Amino acid sequence: MEIKKASTAGTLESSDIMILLDRGDNGIDIELKSSVLYQFGDQIRTVIEQTLLEAGVHNVKVIATDRGALDCTIKARVLTALHRAVETTDYKWGV
Amino acid sequence: MMFVPGNNPGLMADAHIYGPDALMFDLEDSVKLSEKDSARFLVYQALKTIDYGDIEKVVRVNPLNTPYGKADIEAMVFAGADIIRLPKSETAQDVIEVDEWITECEKKAGLEQGSVGMMAAIESGLGILNVLSIAQASPRLIGIAIGAEDFVTDLKTTRSPGGSELFTARSMLVFAARAAGIAVLDTVFADVNDDEGFRREVETIKQLGFDGKSVINPRQIAPVVEIFTPTAKEIEHAERVVEAIKEAEEKGLGVISLNGKMIDKPVVDRAQRVLKMAIAAGVI
Repeated sequence: MEIKKASTAGTLESSDIMILLDRGDNGIDIELKSSVLYQFGDQIRTVIEQTLLEAGVHNVKVIATDRGALDCTIKARVLTALHRAVETTDYKWGV
Repeated sequence: MMFVPGNNPGLMADAHIYGPDALMFDLEDSVKLSEKDSARFLVYQALKTIDYGDIEKVVRVNPLNTPYGKADIEAMVFAGADIIRLPKSETAQDVIEVDEWITECEKKAGLEQGSVGMMAAIESGLGILNVLSIAQASPRLIGIAIGAEDFVTDLKTTRSPGGSELFTARSMLVFAARAAGIAVLDTVFADVNDDEGFRREVETIKQLGFDGKSVINPRQIAPVVEIFTPTAKEIEHAERVVEAIKEAEEKGLGVISLNGKMIDKPVVDRAQRVLKMAIAAGVI
């Protein structure tokens, strides 16, 4: 899946995460800021990376600003940003 | 039934701890147009991930005549929503079209046909005039509700403390629900700081025959439960009625009296409903 344009999803409110995706050529490059970086930084990175890999994205720049989001919120925000970045309205639910 | 805005991850994670009977995740009016996709992904992931236990999972989708309605329904059927709530229902055809699309989505998702329920919200004068045909439009329908804010706007009036502008519509909704054999839920009460006004409204709609109330804040749950839960006196009377009719049946009597008052079928039906409500509220 190819990133066509930079995109964002999510907010900076509590329990949310703001995801910014942009074109990259150096694998999945994640820059993460989080109030719980020390405790959950690795877990947040893993969820972002797995979500992108499962969607078939291998090269992308990610800037993530976390405010204590659950894994399901992180996944939702990454998929929304990706959906906007690849400019598609088609999504296979249930996969 | 507690409303949860579909693009609010904090509430989505916590809403079930307040103990509502149902959570209604909203993809419609509480979500701005530019965030419709975002809310759809968020509610989808929440329903797939968070264990809401016995709480019924309802999703208010956008109408089918918007660019979002079909995708909302498809996503929510795949996510495992129990009930799809259709807003602004005006005709039976509105319900039938959603029913047909849910059937398509159930097939795609490999679900048994009919496994996803539906609710229809009535929010206009036309909807109220068609309420019986709406309530009978699909076997998926488990209930109907009134959305008062849009309704009073359509009527060119406003909501008042006494709710006189809603009286006819509320009663017509109850009549239609009873004729169709489905549940009927009342609208939200927007001023979360007006505890007294909220209690008055809940008492009014209970008296009109409603099965429950929609709430927008966790602090509104306890008064609804309290008002809808039968009192100890009502439960005691209901138990005596049921016991008396059981004895009468054993003796082959049709009509009997309890404390000098005639006990016949409607009295027994009401007593059984009181006991059912008491069991549901966990007080017996």
